[in-house]
Formats: sequence, C-alpha cells, structure tokens
Amino acid sequence: MEQFFLQLTNGLTVGSIYALIALGYTMVYGVLKLINFAHGDLFTTGAYLGFSVLASIALTDRLGPISGVIALAVIVMVMVGIVGIVLERAAYKPLRQSPRLSAVVSALGASIFIQNAIMLMYGATFFFYPQDILPKFTIGIFGIDIPIMRCIVFIVSIVLMAFLYLFIQRTTIGTAIRAAAIDQDAARLMGINVDRVISIVFFVGPALGGAAGLMVGMYYGHINFTMGWVYGLKAFTAAILGGIGNIPGAMLGGLILGVIESLGAAYISFAWKDALAFCVLILILIFRPTGILGERVAEKI
Amino acid sequence: MKKFLLTKKTMIFILAIFFFCCPLLLNRYWVDVLNNVGLYALLGLSLNIILGDAGLFHMGHAAFYAIGAYTAAILNTQFNIPILFLIPMGGVLAALFGAIVARPIIHLRGDYLLVVTIGLVEIVRIALINDVFGLTGGANGIFGIDRMIIGGVKIRKPHHFFYFIYLFMIFTVFIFSRLKQSRFGRALNYIREDETAAQGSGINTAHYKLLAFVLGAGWAGMTGVIYATKMTIISPESFSFWESVIVFMIVILGGSGSIAGVILGAFLIIGLPEIFRGFAEARMLVFGGAMMLLMIFRPQGIIESVPQLYQIRNR
Repeated sequence: MEQFFLQLTNGLTVGSIYALIALGYTMVYGVLKLINFAHGDLFTTGAYLGFSVLASIALTDRLGPISGVIALAVIVMVMVGIVGIVLERAAYKPLRQSPRLSAVVSALGASIFIQNAIMLMYGATFFFYPQDILPKFTIGIFGIDIPIMRCIVFIVSIVLMAFLYLFIQRTTIGTAIRAAAIDQDAARLMGINVDRVISIVFFVGPALGGAAGLMVGMYYGHINFTMGWVYGLKAFTAAILGGIGNIPGAMLGGLILGVIESLGAAYISFAWKDALAFCVLILILIFRPTGILGERVAEKI
Repeated sequence: MKKFLLTKKTMIFILAIFFFCCPLLLNRYWVDVLNNVGLYALLGLSLNIILGDAGLFHMGHAAFYAIGAYTAAILNTQFNIPILFLIPMGGVLAALFGAIVARPIIHLRGDYLLVVTIGLVEIVRIALINDVFGLTGGANGIFGIDRMIIGGVKIRKPHHFFYFIYLFMIFTVFIFSRLKQSRFGRALNYIREDETAAQGSGINTAHYKLLAFVLGAGWAGMTGVIYATKMTIISPESFSFWESVIVFMIVILGGSGSIAGVILGAFLIIGLPEIFRGFAEARMLVFGGAMMLLMIFRPQGIIESVPQLYQIRNR
C-alpha cells in the first residue's frame, strides 16, 4: 500500500508537469486550431534559460532560497513568453489563412529550429542543475516520506493552473480569449482585437511551459536539448485525452496520464510504460471520440 | 515538316532518361542518397493516399513501414523465404495490420486521429524494442537479411538498388495516378473536400477511408521490405515517430495530393540536409528554418495539387 501511495504521488507530480505543458497546447489550439509542435521545445527553452539565469546571477544567494526561486521563475516565464510571441509572429502568423497542415509543418520546422539553436548555444551534452537551491528534506504524509521537491512541483503547478483558470474565467482578457476561441470573426465584430488575444495566448501558454521546464530541471536535476520532444508528445497526448481546446480537460488529462504512467510502470511493466499510456488514450478515444471533457461538436452542414 | 514540340511529356521523358543515367556519373555515396530519397518518396506516395487524397491526419506511417520490414526480416532469417516473394507478402501483412488498427479509429476527427496514429507508431516501436513474441530481436533488431536475386543478378550494390527502387517507383506512380482517376480516387477527393456532402451523395465514407488506409499501409509495407533488404540490418530505431514526421513533412511540403509534389518533397527533405552539410553542426537549424520559410511562401506545398477535372461520359 505504501508503494502504491508513493507511486501515486510520483504520478501526480509528473502529471502536473504534463498538465502545465498541455495547457499551452490546448490554449493555442482553442484559439488558432493549430497544434503547436514547437511547444515542447519552448519547455526546453525554459529549462535552459532557468539554468543560465541561475548560473549567471546568483539569485538564491541574494534573495534567499524562496524569494530567489520565485524571482527566477518569473524571469524564466517572461522570457519564454516573449520567445513564444516571437515564434507566433515568425512561424504562424503568415500561415493563418493557409491549410491547417501547412501550419503544422511550419510548427515542426520551428521545433527543429529551436532544438538545434539550443544545441548550438549550449552543446549536446546533459546539463546539471545545482542541487543546493532549495533545502532538501522529506515530509511524512500518511506514514510515507515524500521529498519536498515533489510537493513543491505539485503545489506550484496547481497554483499556476488555478491562476490560469481564474484569469480565463474572471478577467476581461480571459473573456476575450474565450470569445476568440468560440468564433474569431464574431469576436472581431464585437471589438475584440483578435491578434492581441493570440499574442496573449502565445505569451501565457509558453510561459507555463517554461515554468514546467524550470521545475523539471530542479526536480530531476539534469536537462538535455532533446527532452522537449518527449515531454511535448506526452503533454499533447494529455491535452487530447482531456479534450483539446478545453482548459480543465488539459489539467485532468495531464494528471491522469501521469498517474497511469507511474502506476503502470510500477505494477505492470516498466518497459511498456509509454505504450500503456497510448493504449489508454486509444481506448478512451474509441469510446469518447472527443476526449474526456471534450464537447461533442455537431458537424456543420 | 513536323515541328518538334517540347511538351510537358517530352520534358519529363528527357529528365527521366537523364535521371536514369545518374548512377553512371555519381559516386556510391550520392547514389545511396538517391536511394534513400527513392524509399522516402515511395513512403510519401503511400501516405499521400491517406493524407493527401483522403485528407485523414495520419502521422504514424512508420508503423506500417516497420511491419513490412520486420515481416521480411523474420520470414527471411527464420524460414529462408526469398525476399522477392516477401515484397508482396510484407505488403499484405502491413495492409492487414492497417485494416485491423484503422477500423476502430477511422471515425475520429482531425487531430484526434493524428494523436492516435502517433500513439500507434510508438506502441509498435515499443513492442519491437521489448522483443514481442521473441521474434523481433529487441533493441538490437535483426541482422543478416538476404539480398534479392532477380534474373541471376544479386541486387546488392547502390546502383542495383537505384534501378530497382526507381523502377518500382515508376510502377507505383502509374498505379496511383490511375487510381486517382478511378471511382476510388474520386470518392477520396470528395471525402477530403466535404465529408458530409460525400455521405449525402451516397458514398460509404467509412469504407473508402478504411480502403485508403489499407492501400497506404500495404504500400508502406512493401517499401519496408525493400528497406530491409537494402540495409540487411533493421532495428526499432529506424521506425521511430520521427520517421513518421519526416514522411508527413514530405507530403505536406511537396504538395499534398500531388504525386509530382510528393516526389519533389522527398528530394528536398532527404536531400537538403545532405546539401547543407557545408553548414556542419548548424545544418538542421538551417533545415528547420528552410521548412518554415517554404511553408510561409508556398502554403499549398511546392507543387500545388490542381483540382481534378473529370470528363462526363455520355451513355
């Protein structure tokens, strides 16, 4: 039973990272109907920028561990958000009126571009995050010891998601994003600057992805320029699982995927862990073709 | 006196003759690059039926390619069946696999189908790595696959393969361009343009979509057999998700739905990184940038597929 809870907390932590990345996919998809394949590489960008900032300006020494890490996270999120806006301007904006798959290929090109740009700047080897940023200890919940970092990753993800949810549901900009997702032309007629909405989406989504990258760096301790591909694929799967375009769906999908993976790895077979996640995805889609929380869309005639 | 007309047909004919003389002029390395281009062009053509003609978002083509290659490798190394017989057999098995897996997912729309096919290729790859049924040799793969013997000639040098692959491609192009004109091709076109209207006109959309999957999978399987005999060693890493992405990019970049476009796309996607070797480490960076630029300036693909005109026959 202890093993089960340990794996469950592990799954929830990994799942919350998937969920954070999945939010970027789902928000972009909601507004632009585009699968942003470069999103995983923005996540990697976050991990590397966090590493650089950490190495160049010793924030944690100056501000103390907690406020230092918060400042670091804010810097990384803003920087990755700006990269996201630039990416949208360069690779997607010219293709807004084109067939959808052309934009997908442009996204794949952008993914290759960012990945190799990181490789050229930092080199192809693994990078190791300093391990003494935050004090290390474990806390006991229900008789099991959980590393503090695991709790922090989970709690921070949930807080970020809650903020996003409030931002989308309660603010004027959030309402504009929802309106643009439903019908861009109608939103435009209501006086919403759709281009600005798209820019905001491309700021917020990558910023969350960048925060996830930073957390992965701090949690696992090592980063690599290709890691965005795997995480991106998993997060995209999570977004589809929950119903793409649906923000609570992405959160739920990410958590479910993380839990399935870690429980499957522990109880079924470690070697088949990735295949298991995809099998569950296929099974769910066979019975619910638009994901768990996705609405059934009536075909337009 | 009859004027010599440099029509499109004669142009293509002259280009083809020139192209078929290539192995005499190029060294082994470049002939091998051309062979890879040919294999990817074949894969692209088979994906084009699913993605370009039927408009189904399919990003897991490497799964069918793998089934063909592994069928050939297993049957050849275990039972010594000559590769030449295995080409159709690999195709049939891949087509069968395509039919079984596509049947339950064929009704999924757009991006949901995309991610399921991605899942499919990952499941196949993981199954191969985990040595499923003890047949696939795990992560090391299978080695010692025979070469083909056609009319007493053992196909083993790059230029042998060059002629084999490109003759097979001519055959493929012939079949697929005839298919485009057929009832099947017209149905797929209609489904891509407007599925609801197609259904309304009495087209059994699920049936035709499935047929497109089966045909595309079968052709990818045959290409897989050729790949297996060309390499003589195959391993799961040759059939990763990334391979599917490359084939996907070939089709979209070349011009989805256009046969000439897909072949040109294969030349660009496989050939360009070779040409960019001068950039050394930055070649993939340049390649990624080039892909974005190509899509921005030619969003319909390099060779745009022209809407087909059909003659109405009077009865």
